[in-house]
Amino acid sequence: MRRFLRNKNFTLGFALSAAVVLMAVVSLVWTPYDGNRMNARERLQGPSWAHPLGTDQYGRDTLSRVMTGAVNSIIVGLVTVAIGLTIGVGLGLLAAYRGGMTDEAVMRLSDLLFGFPAVLTAILITSILGPSMVNAMLAIGIFYIPVFARLTRAVARVVWEREYITAARACGIGEWAITRRHVLPNILSPLLIQGTIQFAVAILAEAGLSYLGLGTQPPHASWGRMLNEAQTYMSANPWLAIFPGLAIAWAVLGFNLLGDGLRDTLDPRMVRMR
Amino acid sequence: MLRYLAKKLITLVALLFFVSITVFAVLFVLPGDPAQIILGINATPEALAALRADLGLDKSFWGQYREWVGNLLAGRSHHSIHYKMPVFDLIVDSLAVTGPMALMAMGFAVLISLPLGIYAARNQNRHGDVTVMFFTQLGLATPEFWFGILLILLLSVQLGWFSAGGFPGWAADPIGAFKALLLPAFALGVIRAAILTRLTRSSMLEVLREDYVRTARAKGLRERSVIYVHALRNALIPVLTIMGLQLGQLLAGAIIIENVYFLPGLGRLVFNAIGQRDLPVVRDIVLFMAAAVVVVNFVIDVAYAYVDPRIKIN
Repeated sequence: MRRFLRNKNFTLGFALSAAVVLMAVVSLVWTPYDGNRMNARERLQGPSWAHPLGTDQYGRDTLSRVMTGAVNSIIVGLVTVAIGLTIGVGLGLLAAYRGGMTDEAVMRLSDLLFGFPAVLTAILITSILGPSMVNAMLAIGIFYIPVFARLTRAVARVVWEREYITAARACGIGEWAITRRHVLPNILSPLLIQGTIQFAVAILAEAGLSYLGLGTQPPHASWGRMLNEAQTYMSANPWLAIFPGLAIAWAVLGFNLLGDGLRDTLDPRMVRMR
Repeated sequence: MLRYLAKKLITLVALLFFVSITVFAVLFVLPGDPAQIILGINATPEALAALRADLGLDKSFWGQYREWVGNLLAGRSHHSIHYKMPVFDLIVDSLAVTGPMALMAMGFAVLISLPLGIYAARNQNRHGDVTVMFFTQLGLATPEFWFGILLILLLSVQLGWFSAGGFPGWAADPIGAFKALLLPAFALGVIRAAILTRLTRSSMLEVLREDYVRTARAKGLRERSVIYVHALRNALIPVLTIMGLQLGQLLAGAIIIENVYFLPGLGRLVFNAIGQRDLPVVRDIVLFMAAAVVVVNFVIDVAYAYVDPRIKIN
């Protein structure tokens, strides 16, 4: 633990991302106001004691909406990384121990997915399935599958070459059991690092889709959607365009630094290069 | 080299084939009948059937796919359902916005990232390096569309130096058109510069530890000559790779920033076409964008192998 705390990236990243998670958890039980409650008399107000981050065009409290937007972003990050991890790690492990045609098929499938413009395909998917937060998560998660599949294959192949795997084989342990007991535990560090980074990317991607109106739907708060609405009213209340963006940058910075910190600590060979 | 090239070319063609099949299949299942959208909800079944036949929508999946690819290979442009003009012309018109914007964005990215990356590498772990790295982290965390909105807020709404969006057209107002692309290109460029700065720095650090750099210094060459003549040329190889990838992605993925600035580019065209169920436009542009990414990757692979012969052996 002391090794982690000595790393500046990790401590700053942990503090920033913990603040976002804490804000999301608190918003589940308490927000200053109901984030969806409209109040025509308090429209487009700047920051004040009553509304520290101001109000939007419907008089809704921006702080309350930023807080509930955090829940949204964390769910998107968790679900998309879970999609990528579940399918991608499975495919990567399969490619690593089977090799040959299976390996080739998994890699070419990854190439195919990488060949598509990600934003455009995500827009297509949400257009087919209908704009919603669930479909946005699916659209982002699909692109995480090749990321985790390639990473898992690369690191798992290295593990398969180790002597203790040969020893396990010599003891008569089956390939599936070796994968589960020896390979998977030894590739958890790079997966954890990549997962943290993809978590941050998912927050950015969902914000982009919601900005285009394809992610979280109104009246639910989403940082991207709030920025879209802010663009129309920012000449009347510039703060509307500032706070949701700051929230995105804060969260992404936090998880990026956390990922970097984990990499510095768990994979010290990378430090020299960075 | 020829064998390597042939192998890469076969992969490229196969990849494009699979991309075309996937694009077609995805759009085949897209809900919403284009004939119904064109004729409206009061259209008679006969009129709908006639229009479907006219648009070729009554054919089977493979029939429609063969016709689509056949037309593309023969150089015949499809017609947009919504704009009633050849899709090829629409792509050329939008590329006149997206293309220069992507190039300008890369220009900004290079202008910012190369000096900063070299500076950070030369001052590794000192205050200057830490500051540059902190700003690159900020750049990586900032959504480019938010940065675009902030630029509008500051330079358009508050200072009135730029228009808040729109594009006057190159022919009507060349200076106005250039100015209209400056802010979105800057927003795209700054965010990409964050990645390139980090890459330039790490690549320079790696090269500066090489023996030939030590030899160059031992020969008594000036530091400037060591950095810019010997080290930078080799350090730039991975940076150029990522630049190529970024350019391909910019041509394909500037959808959000084009929406922020209301620019009639490729991204906005396809975004609107998806909403209008203008399938010929969506199909051709998605394939064009995918092809742009795949072809740029191919060119990079080949150029990389040309520059670094070890790649062919591997």
